[in-house]
Amino acid sequence: MLQSTSEAPLVHPKSKRKRRQGFIERTVRSLADVLEQALFAEEVAKADGLLQSIDPRVKVVGLLLLVVATASAHSLSIILALFALALALALLSHVPIRRLATRVWIGVLFFTGSIALPAIFITPGVALVHVPLLHWPITAQGIKAALYLLTRVETATTLSVLLVLCTPWNQVLKALRVLRVPVVFVVILGMTYRYIFVLLQTAADMFESRQSRLVGRLDGQEQRRLAAASVGVLLGKSLQLSSDIYLAMLARGYRGEVYTLDDFKAQPRDWLALGGFVIVALFAFWFGR
Amino acid sequence: MHIPDGYLSPATCGTLYVASAPFWYIALRKVQRLLSTRLVPLIAVFAAFSFVVMMFNLPLPGGTTGHAVGMGIATIVLGPWGSMLAISVALLIQALFFGDGGVTAFGANCFNMAIVGSLVAYAVYRLVAGRAALTSSRRVVAAALAGYLAINAAALIAAVEFGLQPLLFTDASGAPLYAPYPLHIAIPAMMIGHLTFAGLAELIVSAGLVAYLQRTDPALLKLTAPGVANSEDGVREVARKGGWSVTRPLWVGLAVLMIATPLGLLAAGTAWGEWGPSDFADPALRAQITSASGASAPAVAPAGLERLATVWTAPLPDYAPPFMQSEVFGYMMSALLGVGLIIAVTLLLSWLLRRNQQNDPSLPEPGSAHLL
Repeated sequence: MLQSTSEAPLVHPKSKRKRRQGFIERTVRSLADVLEQALFAEEVAKADGLLQSIDPRVKVVGLLLLVVATASAHSLSIILALFALALALALLSHVPIRRLATRVWIGVLFFTGSIALPAIFITPGVALVHVPLLHWPITAQGIKAALYLLTRVETATTLSVLLVLCTPWNQVLKALRVLRVPVVFVVILGMTYRYIFVLLQTAADMFESRQSRLVGRLDGQEQRRLAAASVGVLLGKSLQLSSDIYLAMLARGYRGEVYTLDDFKAQPRDWLALGGFVIVALFAFWFGR
Repeated sequence: MHIPDGYLSPATCGTLYVASAPFWYIALRKVQRLLSTRLVPLIAVFAAFSFVVMMFNLPLPGGTTGHAVGMGIATIVLGPWGSMLAISVALLIQALFFGDGGVTAFGANCFNMAIVGSLVAYAVYRLVAGRAALTSSRRVVAAALAGYLAINAAALIAAVEFGLQPLLFTDASGAPLYAPYPLHIAIPAMMIGHLTFAGLAELIVSAGLVAYLQRTDPALLKLTAPGVANSEDGVREVARKGGWSVTRPLWVGLAVLMIATPLGLLAAGTAWGEWGPSDFADPALRAQITSASGASAPAVAPAGLERLATVWTAPLPDYAPPFMQSEVFGYMMSALLGVGLIIAVTLLLSWLLRRNQQNDPSLPEPGSAHLL
């Protein structure tokens, strides 16, 4: 990994403009982004809001019901009503709307929006107008199709983001047991989530140290070799980590039995919240048929 | 590739959850039997590893970067069942905690990437690598092909899932409720991106990692290279324990799927909106379109349709073989044919591999069919 930096040309003498970001910087940035996102979620989960005060099992079941209702609705107004509900829940739970807008809504708008846009022209149906010069027909069905996709994705994503923003991750995992997710799966999931951060940090450190020793530019071949070697080193470290964890588990008396502490206690208000979720979902199912 | 909520109908999502369930069940049963071994932390850490690798921006030829899913590597190191679990766990964490991929579409994402991806990667890798030595360059090529074909198979299945949506789910006015593009647009649109960028990213990671492991720690390649060397690691047991008793739920699940899919499709309705450009010129068909749409059909085919229709010529023209009267039935058969082909090829490969091993007396594990 240390080879050939000295042979690489120094910064290109002609280019004074800002160098395009290399893959190392980009990778470091996306790794840091994940860490930052998780930290933010933990911050919001600690706030004193409506969703934070509800039993995690109720939240998991209730918000999933609303996501399924959003996916099933055959009416734009019902989807928009569910979006309004998601917005209200976010406000009542002190989720920063600005952040929700920049991280979720605009992201979805760009991604799904660009996918949905051509549908306006290609979906067969009643032509409303024709695009000047190009003569592409804009059909009513096309506009509706694009709106269905966009509003549905926005609403469902907001609802599922609310779940994790307003619940500490270990509680989300425990609450999955209500959905009859096997306990082994929940345990693996929990360990995975825990070690994702260790490995993210390791990977970020690896790339950062490589970047700090890098002068000039790597050619494509060299970059690919570096990327593959980084993946390999990370794999080696992961395997080392897994045997360390196994030994630590043995040292603490692990004999192949898995338990989780299901210490949730539903309060009357949790039943009330569950009732609310179910009624809203049934309403959406019925009127959105 | 990570399908968000809202692109697929709940019926499709449900079907794909049902399709994935038997695979998860078998994989979990294999893990449960080996619970006291180091397998639990290994799968957990490997899932974390795949998650982190998905964040890497991989340099591609031409100066762009792309992301890999990591199913090629996961399959080569953990075997297909371990890989299914590890990738599923990574996908669940992405869906739940990072909003990447939908919660309702989680079954679909797992079916495409974790299950089909791992099986294709495993079959291709075993077939191409043969019994080459662990450090042979043939294994690098095998890994490259395995990664490339696995992600493309996953993308193709996702494209079929998208393409079936406008056929099956429209509102009263005929507007598609979910992913709006029919098969002849969805398939090329998905495949162009995956045959080039995403496929290359997966190829680079798989091949590069095998080449790296050959230099540093070839023992890690042993699990998916039976007969080449012996490994006493408990992990190997996961892949080795095959047999009828473990795979029975898989067959039952497949049978249920084969029955459930047509039922779900038939209940959904007709193929409104699936007209070809030539249909607009035919007076009889124009009358049909008019009555179905509740409005007069345009005299000429919409310009966009005309142009895009020639982009892709499907291997099964209009998805309906001529001897079948019902168009929906033809569509359904075309979709099932694709899935069936993949399963058939996988089964054939595993049978060939098993037979190969039985013919070779020097091998310690004659019946160790890893796949099924």
